[in-house]
This record gives sequence, structure tokens and C-alpha cells, in this order.
Amino acid sequence: MNRLSRDQIAARVARDIPEGAYVNLGIGLPTMVADFIPADREVFFQSENGLLGMGPKPMPGQEDPDLINAGKQPVTLLRGGCYFDHAKSFAMIRGGHIDLCVLGAFQVSIGGDLANWDTGASGSIPAVGGAMDLATGAKQTHVMMELLTKQGQSKLVRSCTYPLTGLACVTRVYTDLAIFEIEPGGVSVTEIVGGVTLDDLRRLTGLPLLPA
Amino acid sequence: MIDKSVGSVADAIGDIRDDASVMIGGFGVAGMPRELIEALIDSGVRGLTIINNNAGNGDQGLAALIGAGRVRKIICSFPRQSDSHHFDSRYRAGDIELELVPQGTLAARIEAAGGGLGAIFTPTAYGTLLAEGKEVRDIGGRAYVLEYPIHADFALVKAHKGDRWGTLVYRKTARNFCPIMAMAAKTTIAQVSEIVPLGEIDPEAVITPGIFVRHIVEVREGSAAVSACAGRPQ
Repeated sequence: MNRLSRDQIAARVARDIPEGAYVNLGIGLPTMVADFIPADREVFFQSENGLLGMGPKPMPGQEDPDLINAGKQPVTLLRGGCYFDHAKSFAMIRGGHIDLCVLGAFQVSIGGDLANWDTGASGSIPAVGGAMDLATGAKQTHVMMELLTKQGQSKLVRSCTYPLTGLACVTRVYTDLAIFEIEPGGVSVTEIVGGVTLDDLRRLTGLPLLPA
Repeated sequence: MIDKSVGSVADAIGDIRDDASVMIGGFGVAGMPRELIEALIDSGVRGLTIINNNAGNGDQGLAALIGAGRVRKIICSFPRQSDSHHFDSRYRAGDIELELVPQGTLAARIEAAGGGLGAIFTPTAYGTLLAEGKEVRDIGGRAYVLEYPIHADFALVKAHKGDRWGTLVYRKTARNFCPIMAMAAKTTIAQVSEIVPLGEIDPEAVITPGIFVRHIVEVREGSAAVSACAGRPQ
């Protein structure tokens, strides 16, 4: 079965981000999305550790330990960008000023519930960071993930079994096999990777997916 | 003449006693006042409650404080990381208590303490494990979780420049939690890369007014990477 690579998923997410959007990319996979925004499209990337107008990673040797992103990787600031403290940063996030956040996920439910911070496994140490604030506070929360786990289980589920990050917050899920739109009437498939069918997706997820 | 500057990091943290609650600024190591924390380790205090975004990275600063067994409880949003081995082993051994708080709620609770609020209602974490047992209120058709302020006896912060009145400006993303922690603690101790004469900091650019700062100590940056970048245009 054809699948998009992680780079291809990131590029697909990037294609939908319009000029002028204020966007927060979650740590891990979603961080890659910024690399696929065309140079002539101005998008404001916010990082919850206190910068707006985040630029690409610095040239080797130009890293500054005081200039990092939420994943604690060195980044740059675009001309016109700015710094602020954590209270202001999360006022942007919680206060509904961020147009879009893109997060990774362990599970997304057909009702838009998100689980992405803890597997609940015994002995694991939970870490939540800013995920709950982002999932709840951004105007739109989109998820970017591979549809299946390594064991072949669907991460798009009827009901999340892992501890929740937020309730009914996800509206779109970009995956390696298809793009899903979560709406009050159900989950529709708006785009499918070539060679994959709606019936394939219904079989893999066990969900009553709707055509676009 | 008011002069909040002190001569050494040991003098700066000299009032911190066993079982104190201590906010430590920083996001990872950006903005972490490493030398103040090292002085705290040298002082021998124990039983600390630490408030920070993380639970230590690598082997220095907060990680070393935890590794030395001085921390009884940590309040943070993101303890588990690839390099949080000191916390991980103490936590698994049951030596350290963890209060996990979403990052924005952590900031809001600290800010509430600094601003004299009795509580806040936040939509974050509603319906999740981190809101269990907490009061929920419907406000304007949306569910909010009641959260209380986080106060502390001390705050240790790192800033870029400060003056003898305690006025502070920060550097890039090293600002993070430092300004709100400086407001929330009873006693704030700032480590700055440079103490400058009064009036040198542009009043329009001040981030932390000196009213929030008790002690200030100069620790010159040793890191080549930082000093090389300091003069570069932003």
C-alpha cells in the first residue's frame, strides 16, 4: 500500500497553511512542517517558550543557547519577530489568538478527542508540557500522525484508551494514508493517497468513514 | 543609596533554608541560573520544593540539585526528557514527589500568585486526568477548571542585564518563566550577566521592574557561544 513519508505528510500540512496565519507546531514530527512553507509565504510561527516570528534552524556554528524552540532545539528569529515571557505566550495560546496548532498524537477519537501525552503504561513518567493548553486554546487543532501503530492498530479510534489531552478539540487529521475531517456528523475522508480506497481505510480503522 | 547587588552567589542565596519552596527560571537550560543553583547545592540545604518547567537536563544546574538528593518535590510541566536521568532515577526510587501541571496553567498559577489573585479558572485540562478532583465551573457555556496560585519563598532567575535597583532585562528565549517567577516569590534573587549603571537600561524596555527583585549578583558569561552572539544584530 502506498504511504506518504513523514516529509510528505509535513509538506501536505504546510500546503494548507495560508499566508498571515499564526501557527504553533508541536514538538517532534510537526516541527518539520515549517521546512515546507514556501519562502514567499509569510507565516507567523509561535513557540510557547516565548517567541513569535520563529525562523529556521541556524547555520552550523551560529547556534545560540538562549534562542531555542519548544523542543529545545536551536532556532533563529525572523526580522520583525519578538520575545515574551511564558504568561504572555500562553495568553496567546489559551486566549484563542493562535489560528492553528499542529500536534502529534497517540490516538484521536471520531469525536475529536486527543490523546498525546501519556500512554498510561506502568513505570512511565508522564510529561504534558503545553499540549493541553494548545489543544484547548488554538482556534483550530490539527493532528499529524501515521494512521497505524507499528503493530498495525489504527490511531484514529472510536474512543481513546490513553489519557486525554483535550476533549473534542481536533478537527482535521493528516496521515500517511489519508486526510480526515472530524465533523459533528462523523469523520469524512477528504483526500486519499493514490492506490488506497475508502474501503481499505474502513477496514484498517474499523470506523464508518464517510466520503468527502 | 539603595544597592541590591551582592558580591557572590553564595551571599545571594544565603537566606535559603531547608524545606524552602524555590522557583527556578529557565526552559531547559535557557534562562536557568546555573551558578545560583550550584551555590544552593554547596550550601547543603535539603527538602526543597522546586518549581520549574522541567526536572533538569543533563548533569548541571537543576539536574545536579536533584541528583544530589536536595529536592523533595517538583512542580513542573515536562519532567521526562531524553536527558532527565537524574530526575528519572529519583522518581522511580520514590525519592521525589511530582506535581504535573500543564505548561500554560503553570504560568497562569505563578502569575496569579505574583498578582495577588486567589485563584484562576482555565479551560485547559478540562475532562482530563490533570483536572480530576478539581472544581469545574460553567462560565458562559464553557467548562473551566479551578486552579490555585503557586507561591514560593524564593525565586532564582537569570537575566541579561540588571542595575542596583534590581531592574532586569533578559536575553531572547532565556526570558521564559523568569519575569513571572520574580513577581511570585517572597524573595527574588537574580543572576545577571552584567550589572549596569542606573539609567543605562531603556525604561521602555524594562521587563522586570526592580520592585520584584531583592538581590542581584553578576555572573559573567563564560560560554563562548553566548559571548560571540551577544553583539550580533537580532
